[in-house]
Formats: sequence, structure tokens, C-alpha cells
Amino acid sequence: MTEGEFLQSAYRQIRELLSDSSASTPRYSPLHSVHEALGAAFTDFAGWEMPVRYSSDLAEHHAVRGAAGIFDISHMAEISVTGPDAIAFLNFAVAADVSKLAVGQAKYSLLLNEAGGIIDDLIIYRLGDEHFLVVANAGNRFNVVPPLQTRTAGFRAVVVDQSDETALIAVQGPHALEILKNTVGLQLADAAAERPQATLADLKYYWSLPATFSGNPVLIGRTGYTGEDGFELYIDVAQAQALWVALSEAGEGRGLVPAGLACRDTLRLEAGMPLYGHELDLTTRPDQAGLGRAVAFGKDGDFVGRKALEAPLPAAAPVLVGLVGEGKRAARAEYEVYLGESKVGVVTSGALSPTLGYPVAMAFVDASASAEGTILDVDIRGSRHPYTVTALPFYSRKKN
Amino acid sequence: MANPTDLSYTDEHEWLRVDGDTAVVGITAYAAEKLGDIVYVELPKVGATITAGAVVGEIESTKSVGELFAPVSGEILEANDAVVSSPELVNNDPFGAGWLIKVRVTSTGALLTADEYNALTGE
Repeated sequence: MTEGEFLQSAYRQIRELLSDSSASTPRYSPLHSVHEALGAAFTDFAGWEMPVRYSSDLAEHHAVRGAAGIFDISHMAEISVTGPDAIAFLNFAVAADVSKLAVGQAKYSLLLNEAGGIIDDLIIYRLGDEHFLVVANAGNRFNVVPPLQTRTAGFRAVVVDQSDETALIAVQGPHALEILKNTVGLQLADAAAERPQATLADLKYYWSLPATFSGNPVLIGRTGYTGEDGFELYIDVAQAQALWVALSEAGEGRGLVPAGLACRDTLRLEAGMPLYGHELDLTTRPDQAGLGRAVAFGKDGDFVGRKALEAPLPAAAPVLVGLVGEGKRAARAEYEVYLGESKVGVVTSGALSPTLGYPVAMAFVDASASAEGTILDVDIRGSRHPYTVTALPFYSRKKN
Repeated sequence: MANPTDLSYTDEHEWLRVDGDTAVVGITAYAAEKLGDIVYVELPKVGATITAGAVVGEIESTKSVGELFAPVSGEILEANDAVVSSPELVNNDPFGAGWLIKVRVTSTGALLTADEYNALTGE
């Protein structure tokens, strides 16, 4: 048995163990006791017991739009890719062209199967010439790591799952920059000085800088899942609590509140960002979900999913649209969508938008019903409500 | 929030304040907290006849949809318009200003005391 086969076998066993027992034995974030002390309500998310809210979903949502929120997203999966063939390997394994990334730059990407279906959506950070960090959804950790391992065959590249050692804290909102700049113990690493954007203030969206917190390495990405300015901080689990406390102290007087997964979902929905398992799954092609540009057909060589996706999208394939309604009744996931009397699709996510005050939803609908301005009906528990097809996102922050 | 001892409860997390043949109905603080921020309330119309155990309204939070089950059979005397226009009243004052409906009761379903309801919710 090779090392790769051994690891795959081990992952298979872990996956089976998790699928048997995840309901009864939740996993806990390294910040769990912090959340308990803050009075969080918890929810199961992909087998993890995570904060769903601390006080009020709406208050947390508005805080992120107007000031800042701090999120624990340590359940996300962090996977390092290193080696002299790291670029060639990733260009074969994922949809993006990572050769285009400068050191420090990040990219939203997809892990595809041979049929062009989406195994997961990812953020890939280039950390060095031969070093990348791949961030996957918590629920897909054991669906992402094994194919990445398998796809290293023939490449001098090593895939290491660092999820258990890595905590992830997001600070999101217009005050996020001021909060990070005033966090005691958090400073940029010496290597940051060599980057084209050498300060947090200069750091562009989807770029990162190396930093330290009390001498321990932190990766700071100007990334997020809320539609606001903000940062995501990757740190060893042992320092996660101290970093959370330091960020929270810097947030005092700056409107920072702890924010749970409930508002994270309404924030990302307003920003038109897909959520795996809702807008994306194994049977969905990127071009159905508005992610055609995430597939780099122009890159050299083959990549998993290329052949299937080079065939045009079948005319009958449903496509993802935004829907905007009136009143206060939200179209929610799995509700049916009609054009006249014909069922033309299904809602994948929906809520009464806290920022906008009206219901918004994403839905997969037949291409014939997908033109902007088309008025469709959503069946909300037995009664039909008009919704208008709208371009995504529903909400964009004002940029300076 | 403690469940008032002068109210009756249901295992669907509703409370009733029974006064003669009328009852004011709301949802408990426990239910409101579990739902999260309530953003939409739909109530039965005044004059409607309701049957204990049937769904008579909806309570939506940002995250989920809760159904309002009629805890008694009877006729709707009043519906609280204030919670329809300001659904957050249900979170802020579930046993007071966040009441939902007033019913003329013809028969009641199985009701719980505060102690029995506390036992149900583990509080």
C-alpha cells in the first residue's frame, strides 16, 4: 500500500465513522467555550456544534452591514498544497488557473468531478512559489481531501489536511480594517513588507498578507462571505481564543458584535453568494450556477471536468437566478417556482432580506423563465406569490 | 424568561390566559427564542372558527417557519394587529404585547401547567 492509498483508506474509515456518529457526537470549535460564555445559541452545521446567534440574527446582520461582526468559522477545512509541481497539480485538480495568481493572491474556485459537477467551492490562496492553501466547506472536507490526494498522481505535490490544527476567524464589516489595525499583538510579518500591497489598508479584495499574533503565524486574507469589506484570519487552534479576545477588545467602541451562522446566511444571500448544498452540488455545472467564469478553459493542459464542460450546457438545464418578491413572506429553499401554471423551477435559498426589507431568493429555473424581469410565482405553503427575476447580487456595498 | 405560573401551555409551545369562556393565546419565550428574530406573522381573521390542533397561522423568523396551532376550539374574537405590523413584539414581549389571538372557547385540547411545560422544555 502506498502512502496515498493508505491515506485514502484512512480517510474512508474516518468518513464512515463520522457518518455513523456525527449526529450523536458533534465536533466543537476551539472557540466553543468562548461562545458559551457569550451566551450563544448553537446549531448543528455539518456535524459541528456552531453558534447560530448570540443575541439576535437581525441585530448581528445589521452590525455587519453598518459596523462589524466577528465570526467563528473554524469548521471550514484548510488543506495545504506544496511541492515543485504545486501549480501544475492544482491546474489539473481544480477549475481555476492558479498560475495566474501572484504570491499573496487568492481566488474563488471549484473542485469538479469528471462530469463537470461541483464537488465543492473553494478559496485558494497562493502563499509562496510552491505553496497554496485550499479552503473547503466543513461538510465537504472528506469529499475534497481524497480526490485532491488522488489527483496528485504523477505530480510532485503534497496535499496535507490541516483542518484540525487551524482555526478561522472572520471580521467583516466597514469597521473591520480599523479593528484589525488596533488589535493588540497582531502585526504584519516582516515578509509582508516585500509584497506589492504591504499594509492592511492597501490590501485588495482577495489578497492576503502574512502576520503574527503574539509571535505566532497568522494568515490574513481580505476575503469573506458577507458582501462587506472584511478579513479572514487563519491561526493555530491553540491561539484562537486569545486572538478572538484581542479582536473583540479592539472592536469595543467600534460596533463589533459576535455574529452567528444565521446572519452569515442572510448576509451571503443578499450578496448573491452560493452555498454548497443549496445552489451548488454534484449534479450542478458551474455554468448553470452563474460560475462559468470560475472555469479557466484557457489554461494549458487537461483538468478534471474540462471535457464534460466543453460540451455546451443542454438547453433544458435549469439555471440559477435571483428572485425578488413583495411583502414579507419569504420564498424558502425547496419551494416550487411557476410560470403561469407550469412548474419551472425550485428555490434554493431565500429569506426576508434584513437590509432591503423585502424577500429575496435564489432559484434554479428553466432557461426559458430566466430572463431578467420575468415574473414568476413561488408557491409559499399553498399560496402563489409573484417574484421577479433579478440580476445577482441583491445587495452591493458602497465602495470608496 | 420564566414561564408565568398563571398561564396554561401546550406542547406546541403556546400559552393561554383563560378568563371565563375566552382565552388569549401567544407563543412562549422558549419558542420565540428557538425561532430567532420573528419577521412575519399571519393570524386567522376575526370571526373565523378554529379547531384545536389545526394550523391557524404562521410565524416566520429569518431562519425558519413555525406554524401556529390552535390550542383550543372556538371563534376568533381578536387578532393582534400590532404583531402583524411589528413582528419583533413576539420576541421582545412574548407573554405580553406579543400576544397573538383572543378566542371564544368552545372546547380545549390537552393543556399543561407551567410546571409541566417547564419539564417539557427542560427549564
